[in-house]
Amino acid sequence: MSACTRDEWMTIAAARLLQGRPVCFVGIGLPSAACNLARLTHAPGIVLIYESGTIGTRPDVLPLSIGDSELAETAACVVPLPEIFSYYLQAGRVDIGFLGAAQIDRHGNLNSTVIGPYDAPGTRLPGAGGAPEIALHAKQVFVMLRASRRSFVERLDFRTSAGYLDGHGTRARSGATGGGPRAVITDFGMLAPHTESEELQLTALFADATVEEARAAVGWPLQVADCLETIAAPSAYELDTLRALNVRTREAHARPVHIPL
Amino acid sequence: MTLSLAEAIEQFVSDGASVALEGFTHLIPFAAGHEIIRQRRRDLHLIRMTPDLIYDQMIGMGCARKLTFSWGGNPGVGSLHRLRDAVENQWPNPLQLDEHSHAGMAAAFCAGAARLPFGVLRGYAGTDLPAHNPNIRHVACPFTGELLAAVPAINPDVTILHAQRADRAGNVAIHGIVGAAREAALAAKTLIVTVEEIVDELPPAMNAIVLPHWIISAVVPCRGGAYPSYAHGHYARDNAFYQQWDAIARERASFLAWMDEHVLGAKDHGAFLAGLQREAA
Repeated sequence: MSACTRDEWMTIAAARLLQGRPVCFVGIGLPSAACNLARLTHAPGIVLIYESGTIGTRPDVLPLSIGDSELAETAACVVPLPEIFSYYLQAGRVDIGFLGAAQIDRHGNLNSTVIGPYDAPGTRLPGAGGAPEIALHAKQVFVMLRASRRSFVERLDFRTSAGYLDGHGTRARSGATGGGPRAVITDFGMLAPHTESEELQLTALFADATVEEARAAVGWPLQVADCLETIAAPSAYELDTLRALNVRTREAHARPVHIPL
Repeated sequence: MTLSLAEAIEQFVSDGASVALEGFTHLIPFAAGHEIIRQRRRDLHLIRMTPDLIYDQMIGMGCARKLTFSWGGNPGVGSLHRLRDAVENQWPNPLQLDEHSHAGMAAAFCAGAARLPFGVLRGYAGTDLPAHNPNIRHVACPFTGELLAAVPAINPDVTILHAQRADRAGNVAIHGIVGAAREAALAAKTLIVTVEEIVDELPPAMNAIVLPHWIISAVVPCRGGAYPSYAHGHYARDNAFYQQWDAIARERASFLAWMDEHVLGAKDHGAFLAGLQREAA
């Protein structure tokens, strides 16, 4: 393989999780890149839904916002936003939800609201958006988040979206309909919940990453799964496809727009 | 009724009003927001799922006392720095937050459109939002006893939308990404719609979003009224401007200088666009 960045490796590892024709609820950023890479490589039948109401969209470049015209023009259909959330997501018609966040804890709960107290935050983050209900209703959730002691924390400043709550079945008992976070793709590899405690543990490493590196980047005592796998390096095909997508995207976003006078 | 934008804002948007400028990424009524800034409205309760650059500008210029919202970032770019400054440092004034998820706010708009008292959803479970927002409560299903989340209906004093076209009778057609525009329109006490063009007859579109003339208080012809967001079929979203906004809005001084030159210094939206065009040339 040619040398690649950890962001590229994360994106490719996430794309590989999308097999067959799943219905995916997609967020902007790395999740959008991963979903479209899967569509352009091994999963042409994947159905991408963005919360702007675009269903079955096949963008040629990655959208900057969740509602770029590219998404509408290449969609199978465009529906009002309340329909997406009530008739599709809440009704259980989404297989995979992709989420990012500023913080994650050991049970996969997510914070995208504030750092510091809610009423006097040190950093005010964008907030919930679609995440709380994606986290509740998608049959499974994948989280993509670069790891550091500031992002993989012992205790969230605010719980925006539910993972496994306190673990040990508390999520299932809360009445959440979806399955919760099945994988956390980060820049040293992947975490997944333990079957009983539902605590996230290290299940796979990138070929050039180590357990020590992973432990150093995680704010709780990270357990290692009995069977620790190695994530194969990106193939030339995966990497070329992703890079071409990113080049097309950068060019499109920098293109001057005719001001409508 | 066809009005100029200045007349419509003057007549329908008063200090202290609750105002929803809707349009999910697409068809954001920037021209109307700028006119509210020019007319120096104060103490507004701003309502919008995604505050976007237009509310960043209105908050930074001191128009708002309260914000009802569900995601407050610059999409794909980062923070809304003026919104952050208001929440973190109360600049230029304190801003009360009524914070939801998209699903919750969509339910609240749907209830508002139907003139029901509250919206209901399976939502917010396992989140800290209800602990910080008394507008997120729970109600038991009268048939099964299931506990569901409830949010009060949103019925803005004024909703403002931007749309592609209206006909001479005042019916408005919207196509492309519609977000919760229809629900926000039907929930409003007063509805103002700015449009790219007024045509003799709307193209036949059996399942398109058409807002009928009798729910609309004012139609305002306003070319380019959604720029730097976009109007599908008319002009593209200026993604480069959204990226540039990050640097403009990061500091108070650069923000105020930009607003002074481009918005307060322009007599109307045409002059605003002409100014940007001169700058780009």
